[in-house]
Amino acid sequence: MLKLVAALMALCCIASAGATENYGMPKLDIGKGGQCVKDTQWMRKNHMHVLLHQRDETVHKGIREEPQSLKNCIECHASLKDNSVIAREDSFCVGCHRYEAVKIDCFECHADKRKSAWLQRTAK
Amino acid sequence: MSDLNIQRRRFLKTTLGATAIAIAPGILLFDMAHGKVEAVSGKVRWGMLIDTANCADGCNDCVTACNKENGLSGGLSPTDAQWIRKIEIKDMSSGRTQSLPMMCQHCAEPPCVDVCPTGASFKRADGIVLVDKHRCIGCRYCMMACPYKARSFVHEPLHDQNPDVPRGKGTVEGCTLCVHRVDNGQQPACAEACPNKSILFGDLNDPESEISRRVRAVSSTQVRADLKLNTGVRYQGL
Repeated sequence: MLKLVAALMALCCIASAGATENYGMPKLDIGKGGQCVKDTQWMRKNHMHVLLHQRDETVHKGIREEPQSLKNCIECHASLKDNSVIAREDSFCVGCHRYEAVKIDCFECHADKRKSAWLQRTAK
Repeated sequence: MSDLNIQRRRFLKTTLGATAIAIAPGILLFDMAHGKVEAVSGKVRWGMLIDTANCADGCNDCVTACNKENGLSGGLSPTDAQWIRKIEIKDMSSGRTQSLPMMCQHCAEPPCVDVCPTGASFKRADGIVLVDKHRCIGCRYCMMACPYKARSFVHEPLHDQNPDVPRGKGTVEGCTLCVHRVDNGQQPACAEACPNKSILFGDLNDPESEISRRVRAVSSTQVRADLKLNTGVRYQGL
């Protein structure tokens, strides 16, 4: 029984790793890109848990400017063309979420642009 | 116990164990990789002392600074958010008038927190009263409970928020004591903008801070002190 479970789990892991390299994945504008929290594959699967955890840390405990904060994600992953993570079809957040048909409501309250872009706009 | 039951139990045990092993390192690694920044502590209690004698009639600089910092429209209609407002008060018998800013008083015993059905309205360890908008359902009980009319409801969809100040339709909001600035060691926008330096911001728990010294030296009052809310914002010369 034990061996069967282990074998099944290993199979699942291999299958999920393989699936993401499939043709037909959305092409994203990743902005500056880079990796400051974890590798891409891990982030694809787990970014929501990280954001949820960090959100409570920030709101209730005042722990800000962490690598896993939403603001920091936007800082690197907003498009270099329009400073946004949701403005176009291939924007960093929208691209995948549309492909997966998962609605995100983060940006009904949170800014989708870099702080620098906001400062520039308000200075006018 | 039947053989099937034992097998089932064993299967559940192993899968649960495997899941725990898969998730735990991720959470642990985060804490180790990024030397945890200190969480806010109850050793600090942020507060303000407002000198009403110095607060000029007709001056609106604190309100303007607040609107700019937090991305408020500055409109005065019943559906526009106002986090701080200037009010004029008059003693009818003597005719003496005074002008002062009124905002969330950051009570030690906040009624808005008592009535919140979802736990969205909360007091941070350092005394700042906030709304966790992720949990706010927009019922507005807190707005009714607040004796200072300090909270506003967002009626319209918003765009182009300050990245440090998320605001959105369907939630209640109020003065945050510019928590994003305070966490970075800055002063609230209103205190910084006051041309007469009438708003003194600081730590009420630190006996050496300027605000503690002033509160000890001069007579100051809490608005509606009869409610025993122990406000963090105090007024001098009221």
